[in-house]
Amino acid sequence: MNSKNLFEKVWDVHSVGELANGQTQLFIGRHLIHEVTSPQAFGMLREKSLPIRYPERTFATVDHIVPTDEASEPYSDILADAMIKELRKNCAESGVTFFDVDSGKQGIVHVVGPEQGLTQPGMTIACGDSHTSTHGAFGAIAFGVGTSQVRDLLATQTMAMSKLKVRRINVNGDLGTGIYAKDVILHIIRLLGVNGGTGFAYEYGGDVFDSFSIEERMTACNMSIEGGARVGYVNPDHKTFTYLKGRPYSPSNEEWEKQVSTWSSYSSDKGCSYDDIVTIEGSEVAPTVTWGINPGQAVAIGENIPNPDQVAQNDRAGVIEALDHMQLRAGSPIQGTKVDVAFIGSCTNGRLSDLEEVAARLPGHKVRDGLKAIVVPGSQIVSKLAMEKGLDKVFIEAGFEWRAAGCSMCLAMNPDKLVGDQLCASSSNRNFKGRQGSPTGRTMLMSPVMVAAAAVTGEVSDARTVFG
Amino acid sequence: MNLPKISQVTGRAIPVPGDDIDTDRIIPARFMKCLTFDGLGEYLFYDTRFNADGSEKLHNLNLPCFRDASIMVSGANFGCGSSREHAPQSLYRAGLRAIVAGNFAEIFFGNSTNLGMPCVSASRENLEKLSSATENDPDLRVVVDLENLQVRYGTECIPCEINPGARESLLNGTWDPLEELLTATNEIEETARSLPYA
Ligand code: SF4
Repeated sequence: MNSKNLFEKVWDVHSVGELANGQTQLFIGRHLIHEVTSPQAFGMLREKSLPIRYPERTFATVDHIVPTDEASEPYSDILADAMIKELRKNCAESGVTFFDVDSGKQGIVHVVGPEQGLTQPGMTIACGDSHTSTHGAFGAIAFGVGTSQVRDLLATQTMAMSKLKVRRINVNGDLGTGIYAKDVILHIIRLLGVNGGTGFAYEYGGDVFDSFSIEERMTACNMSIEGGARVGYVNPDHKTFTYLKGRPYSPSNEEWEKQVSTWSSYSSDKGCSYDDIVTIEGSEVAPTVTWGINPGQAVAIGENIPNPDQVAQNDRAGVIEALDHMQLRAGSPIQGTKVDVAFIGSCTNGRLSDLEEVAARLPGHKVRDGLKAIVVPGSQIVSKLAMEKGLDKVFIEAGFEWRAAGCSMCLAMNPDKLVGDQLCASSSNRNFKGRQGSPTGRTMLMSPVMVAAAAVTGEVSDARTVFG
Repeated sequence: MNLPKISQVTGRAIPVPGDDIDTDRIIPARFMKCLTFDGLGEYLFYDTRFNADGSEKLHNLNLPCFRDASIMVSGANFGCGSSREHAPQSLYRAGLRAIVAGNFAEIFFGNSTNLGMPCVSASRENLEKLSSATENDPDLRVVVDLENLQVRYGTECIPCEINPGARESLLNGTWDPLEELLTATNEIEETARSLPYA
């Protein structure tokens, strides 16, 4: 009777009370901050002379603006330099832990949290960044929030939220070889639409998610927001617990058994109800590539770029605008589109397993002459582990530039930018106009292995053929 | 703190047509290198308004007749993409006080409500009518009426929608929740203590 899904359980445990407008005052167990969306919030609190309520629940890192090719400060970009200094100052003054660039732990906030064991099942997590949904891979409920909410969280550790509906998305059966979590999530967004998830939390499950590693679950949860869902999560299981064991902020050995049983109790109950259920066959997912200017404008590698005359009336103007920006011809194959830049990194696909997956295929291949290819590890720890395995050498040998950790060309707030109308095969999550730093730049989203295939052939290619 | 009660927004409207207008379009990331939100209004829709050499493109935001518009009219899925509050802040600081569109991305909607900038939804057909009416007569006085859930202009009156909780908080002047959140001191403490993690 009383069965509940994970979202409802976690929501109930963290509810402080109801607000006058009917919203819930929700307690947030972990608050993650970075340099772009927090300085204004600290400023607002200073103006109101409000203290930070639970500084021990907030953790900071610097990711968006850090250059990936020069380590020394001051940064040549004075605005970027001011931002890192401001964050450093705010953290020092308020007692917030900061994984600074000299800590060996700095990196993209959504890579750092899990890596440090800060992200745990059954938690509520918030960060002034839309890809906070990533942390749902552990069975946490993680919200991307705006700066006013960062302010609210610093001041009260709570925020005003309306309860979401929950859509269960089952991906059943097996994925074909050479199909990745990135393809699965691009496929889901393509099916349900870029605003199909408005008002929903997505609970992912089924055989495919059960067999996914934690890092693969993170890739999928990461892009929930691209489907309009503010939250995406997977119920915790033994893989979640194994991943967390022994991490710096994970429970101690004495606490471990007790925590694992608490964590397990958050899983959605058998027979619980959902507001909606969608079922997808894993065998239908192909390597998927975006051709347009939103992440839902995607096709399978073997398909053609859509023709505006053959899409629904309401989509027509969007397709025409996208084709115009992307300089692509309606109806022609996506395969063979010429690529200028290849970017492997971001909070979607900048983890160790992503780099390993690509490095395993690179020997014997070279980046196409004249093509710029960069690898940006998601964190300093990812970078260190990768270098211990010699992956940096494999990438460099193949003609990639091996960079320091950060967001880099995912949104180009640092010096890594597209130039003019360059077309970039990118393992990141957004292909909006101008996203990668040039207003006329063009982005095609795909899995890291597909990015590598594009890098070595100079065009959008089927990685399964390129790497055999 | 007494916030103004927002029951309607009246003024000129500026049409910025198109679906899926994302936050990178509203404010390109390179303008987010700032420690405060002051001055963001200047960079609103920057890459859609200006060429690489700084010269102006044809865009309603560049036209003097729309300069003091306080209501923006757009298409479906407005504000999708990033959680950056820089997007609604740049709209607000450019003088906009309400957005009428097909529907809104959730985080953008929440961020805008927190600023006291209502985002109301209308049907595609009505949006097109409203857009062309303002194109034809930029001086047209448009009223976004939250009380009656209507957008009125000239002799026309179209229905609009907004999330009931957000509407409440705008009408009551509680759209910035911080004061209310701060009052629950004991309850916050209790919830924190009851959690199975520190
Ligand atoms: S990697 Fe990209 S999407 Fe992820 S946090 Fe950084 S800028 Fe945002």
